[in-house]
Amino acid sequence: METALSVLVGLFFAVAIYLLLSKHTIRILLGVALLGNAVNLLIFTAGRVLRETPPIIPDGLYTPPVPVANPLPQALILTAIVISFSFFAFLLVLAYRAYQDIGTDDTDEMRLAEPEGDRLPPLGY
Amino acid sequence: MAGAASPHADLASAMVLQPVAAADWLVVAPVVIPIVFGAALLMFRKETQQHMVVSIIAFALLLLADAALLWRVIEHGPIVMTMGRWLPPFGITFQADVLGAGLATVAGLVAFAAVLFSFRDIDTTGRRYGFYTFFLLMMAGVHGAFLTGDIFNLYVWFEVLLISSFGLLVLGSEHEQIDGAVKYAFLNLVATTLFLIAVGLLYGAFGTLNMADLAGKIAAAKGQAPVMTLATLFLFAFAMKAAAFPVNFWLPASYHTPRIIVSALFAGLLTKVGIYALLRVLVMLFPVERDMLAIVIAWVAAFTMVLGILGALAQSDIRRAVGFVVVSGIGVMLAGLALGSELGLTAAILYALHSMIAMTAVYMLVGLMAEAGGSVSLHSLAGLYRAHPFMAALALVLFFAVAGLPPFSGVWPKVFVVKASLDVGAWWLAFAVLLTGLLTTITLGRVFALAFWRNHAEEPATMVPGDPITWKTYAPVVLLTAAVVFIGFYPQPVLDVAHAAARTILFSSGYVNAVLPAGGGA
Amino acid sequence: MRTIIFRSVAPYLTSLMVLFSLFVLLRGHNEPGGGFIGGLIAASAFAIYGIACGVSPVRRAMYFHPMAIAGFGLFVAAMAGLASLFVGVPFMTGLWVEPEFFGVTLALSTPMVFDIGVYLVVVGSITSIALALEEREDD
Repeated sequence: METALSVLVGLFFAVAIYLLLSKHTIRILLGVALLGNAVNLLIFTAGRVLRETPPIIPDGLYTPPVPVANPLPQALILTAIVISFSFFAFLLVLAYRAYQDIGTDDTDEMRLAEPEGDRLPPLGY
Repeated sequence: MAGAASPHADLASAMVLQPVAAADWLVVAPVVIPIVFGAALLMFRKETQQHMVVSIIAFALLLLADAALLWRVIEHGPIVMTMGRWLPPFGITFQADVLGAGLATVAGLVAFAAVLFSFRDIDTTGRRYGFYTFFLLMMAGVHGAFLTGDIFNLYVWFEVLLISSFGLLVLGSEHEQIDGAVKYAFLNLVATTLFLIAVGLLYGAFGTLNMADLAGKIAAAKGQAPVMTLATLFLFAFAMKAAAFPVNFWLPASYHTPRIIVSALFAGLLTKVGIYALLRVLVMLFPVERDMLAIVIAWVAAFTMVLGILGALAQSDIRRAVGFVVVSGIGVMLAGLALGSELGLTAAILYALHSMIAMTAVYMLVGLMAEAGGSVSLHSLAGLYRAHPFMAALALVLFFAVAGLPPFSGVWPKVFVVKASLDVGAWWLAFAVLLTGLLTTITLGRVFALAFWRNHAEEPATMVPGDPITWKTYAPVVLLTAAVVFIGFYPQPVLDVAHAAARTILFSSGYVNAVLPAGGGA
Repeated sequence: MRTIIFRSVAPYLTSLMVLFSLFVLLRGHNEPGGGFIGGLIAASAFAIYGIACGVSPVRRAMYFHPMAIAGFGLFVAAMAGLASLFVGVPFMTGLWVEPEFFGVTLALSTPMVFDIGVYLVVVGSITSIALALEEREDD
């Protein structure tokens, strides 16, 4: 199971990085969304895949009697999902505004902050 | 009910049972204060008249809490508090040692100066948009990152400060800001995602996220886990946050676009959080791997320094030039990290403290220069010495400090870095530091010569000069400059803090014992 | 989207969803549910109302600005953690009181207060984003 999931994680990363390398913000945005999911799957896989037994210790015992699912990776993933969701919402709005304001989604043409042909400083006075 | 304790279980092995002293609350106070005040300001967003008063109170309280925390940590050793009574490594630990508390105190000072400066720079629209809320939440993130003892929690605080910094960056929604924000947002997101990947793999390998627990487990895992891979991933992720050479291009692309006060805060605080994380993780958790990576870090440091300042030399926009100067300062701190000796780490921490104060002050000063001279371009800024002699004096002090010239605060860490490099025979690193100092002097000296000494510019200024500059406007810059002068002439107290901080991460047993009193994890 | 059927159903749908979100919020301590998911349900309820009837009726119906609600939620959540200051236990420790009303034991706790804070943060922030996006479509 871990092997299959690892391959899937690798695939996710490959696709995400391919999209991130594009120069259009909308594709980069899709890459970001995939990257977030790739990381979530990675944490899930790295935290060991176990049977769906709830991690509840019965009264009178100190340790669970059977192997239980590890709740911590799920908590981590939940946090990561919330964060990547809010990030994605922000980036979506930002990319949309950038498209409206600058009139392009091509990052090569986004040169407002760093204009091309900026002069060198004066050499004397 | 769920909260009732099971009568059979022995809670002493899993929970904190003794009551918590009120003084221990100092460790969470610097995080809780900005969150509570930020939430309050968010509730009363429209009452823009009250924002100033409330935020002055909030930042004064924050600075007090920071100072009290630092004092207590120096006097009584590290403070630990674990959320929700669970014993470490189960609960999320907050841990203040000299490194975290020292950086937090300087961050508090810088933030206090920034809030005084912001009254001029941020108008009613900015306040309605939530400048002070974002600012407070960003401070919560910065303090959380400095004080947490849990590596996943560190990731969460990174995200908190990143999301608030987005809000600050697009304040005003000008075209340039949107352009800068796109680059800043996407690249920083990739950096934090890399950090998260490293944390996920770290958890998979060691089954714990508590830093004190990790320090022991990583040291014990000889060849059992892909430790070198993890260390390299952390180095890459944090180097990107700190703007180290091959992955630093987001910084000069975005730092000059927002309001000047926002640039000042970013330059003072955000990259230093990356440096802090590098110091904490690489020196404390991965000491062996840091040794192996030292040569890589050293070359990265040299390139960051020299290429950063060469970038500054080529800019005619002062704000952009200062952005590159920030990058080159990161290189000096990385050089200290690469050396890894007690002296080298002391120098890195001292430089971080100095740079937080000095870079914030320089950005504020650039803002004042732009208002007084009506431009940020070296082509059209002139005659400021005649019009504002006091500003020229401040500029001279700050430029000396940033370039590392005596007698101001920048000189000490640079002396230590050079000394530490020569101690291990890394003459080329020492040369890079000195060359950077020379080039910084040329860059900033030219700014001074053109903007202050020159009487007539070749082109007229483009912007309308702002309100007249009064002593109130100078107050925050004077406050920070005073700190720079103080550290320059009497470095002993700050040096002691930096030295103690270097020792806490280099010899981490004190830290580990404070978190896990029994001496071992679960 | 402004069909007569959708517009007449939307208010009832919205109120039902908000009610359901409160149910999900309150059962969250021991069963699936909680503040985050409850807040998402409530936020989507307001989004539906906005799609059906326009943005300004939603703003009027919510009375407070969504961001103010989010701020209040953050404040409540922080206060839930601070309650442990007065009992001498670490920050964010769960504290329980179980008062009896007419023979029914009611379990009240700081985790519940924290969850209510989370609920309000999510409702406020997601609704304000959704309304901002819907508003732009109207122009």
